[in-house]
Amino acid sequence: MSDVAAIELPRTFEEFNEQRRQSFLKVKDFKQAGGRLVGYLCSYTPLEVIDAAGASGVGLCGTSDEVIPVAEEVLPANLCPLIKSTYGFAYSQKCPFTHFSDLIVGETTCDGKKKMYELLNELKPAYVLHLPQGRSRAHEREGWYQEVVGLKRALERLYGIQITDDALREAARLRNRLRRAILALYDLQRSVPPAMSGVELMSTMFAGTFNFDVRAYVESLERLCEQRRAEAATAGSPISAGAKRILITGCPVGGVINKVGATIERNGGVVVCEDDCSGERTNRFMVDEDAPDILRAIADRYLQINCSVMTPNDDRFAATLEMAEKYQVDGVVECVLTACHTFNVESARVERAVEGAGIPYMKVETDYSAGDMGQLETRIAAFIETL
Amino acid sequence: MGEKDVRSGRLGIGVDIGSTATKVAVVGADGSLVHAELMPTGFSSVDAAERARSALMKRDCPFSSGRVVATGYGRVAVPYADKVVTEITCHGRGAARLFGSEGTVIDIGGQDTKVIRLRGGRVFKFVMNDKCAAGTGRFLEIMADRLGVGHDELAALARAGEPTQITSMCTVFAESEVISLVGRGEPRANIARGVIESVVGRVATLAATAGGTAPYYLTGGLCDNEYVVELLGERLGAPVATCPEARYAGALGAALMALELE
Repeated sequence: MSDVAAIELPRTFEEFNEQRRQSFLKVKDFKQAGGRLVGYLCSYTPLEVIDAAGASGVGLCGTSDEVIPVAEEVLPANLCPLIKSTYGFAYSQKCPFTHFSDLIVGETTCDGKKKMYELLNELKPAYVLHLPQGRSRAHEREGWYQEVVGLKRALERLYGIQITDDALREAARLRNRLRRAILALYDLQRSVPPAMSGVELMSTMFAGTFNFDVRAYVESLERLCEQRRAEAATAGSPISAGAKRILITGCPVGGVINKVGATIERNGGVVVCEDDCSGERTNRFMVDEDAPDILRAIADRYLQINCSVMTPNDDRFAATLEMAEKYQVDGVVECVLTACHTFNVESARVERAVEGAGIPYMKVETDYSAGDMGQLETRIAAFIETL
Repeated sequence: MGEKDVRSGRLGIGVDIGSTATKVAVVGADGSLVHAELMPTGFSSVDAAERARSALMKRDCPFSSGRVVATGYGRVAVPYADKVVTEITCHGRGAARLFGSEGTVIDIGGQDTKVIRLRGGRVFKFVMNDKCAAGTGRFLEIMADRLGVGHDELAALARAGEPTQITSMCTVFAESEVISLVGRGEPRANIARGVIESVVGRVATLAATAGGTAPYYLTGGLCDNEYVVELLGERLGAPVATCPEARYAGALGAALMALELE
């Protein structure tokens, strides 16, 4: 499965949707050819363990509202759209990734997801990693390591294999290379104007969650980076020099690329930094690939991720401010998905930190529906007008 | 208002198509308001934009050759606009002209309520209500209908009422709550008081969320409602300034921005 040339990364949201559709078609062939498929949701999932099991990890986070009415047959309506959409795809059997996954790896991040996995487990075997509430206590780190060991054993049992340290180390090297490729791509957004639109950047990041072959994805990202760098040097950037530079933070934005990302860019802004769980928030952390205990190094790397489910989560504020400076941002837009309590509550502290650094901040709370498009457009346009 | 004035950029025209009312404002070269007019928006903002144009044509304001800034939720439906600016920026500009360049503007609109903080005459922070009608003019309209009184009557009635709690934020739930209060025989004046307190309370919370500080200015459709202005001042702990022109603050801000267009 080294169909390297076949991976073209999406430049627009339409291309992104089309690619996702294509990958849905490919997954059946992949399974029929004996491929191992493991679905995952959260950026805390230690992907190296899945890679080292010879399986392909695919992201199952729901990003569309089409299955939400179906999900609401079981789940309450006032729940995060990502949870409802994820469950809705499994429940309505509309997502081939979910359907063909040998196992779904969940994690106890937020309360909504944690309980949803119990229902999901009725449809598809789910292995739930117990994520600690924080990182500051030694037993939390140790507990998390044991969880990663547990996942390794579960995959070994499932496939009747042994996951070796060598395989884990090789996976860590490749994943680190992927992270470096992503960071190099982000680096192009530091120039004024940035090399790419934020919609392209966000679509590219999200496309990584539905590519089966890590190596092919890395290579296509490295090529993309070279290509955009060359284009910017010769033809110049497609972005206007006066576009207001926006850092987007908060909940995962995969489901609102068009709704929030494109709205920012239609109204005179450009997303220069994606500080969310498929963006720089997570990709900035590397695994110590030469560590004597590679599995522990993998576990440690993931626990560094600054998600609002952790308490305390002060490192997030420092990281966001560092990114705001690095990308010379004009404003910060925090995107909170409806009913995401942890990000919503934490936003009060993000607002204080960002405004304290003299950077304008705005929070938008939204879901995957089109119902609030008018209001959202007004808010985002007005925010950009103030910058 | 001669055509020459408009051509030479000596007039600025603002058209604010709100969810309930469409407001137009014309300013002279010095930024002073020379004309303001209001009409119901009705079903179609395209029609409202056309009616706004005819109204100004009747007043010898040759719309087609003037500089026009459109704002409000129907701002994109104004084909003759030279520029489109959000109502938040426009309300900020209009209020800064009417009241002063520092302070907190509270705009209670038909479908949304905004709290806009001004610094040096510019908007530096704003908060809008969520996608529901709690704390908006629409909430008052629905409740006045339910009580079988007009908008002005509602305020007069409320002034005579005893404090009554309406706890539901949601307009639909609040309506049921009002129905049950009516059913229980609660005097109409008390219910009216509860309705207005509910809106004022919601607006005051929004102002606190935005970190609003005195002086406060009220713009939008409720600025002639003395009782609302009074109660809002009590809740905020500082007087709320308003004036009849404040209803046109969005259109006025748009007109001022039109004046600046090349």
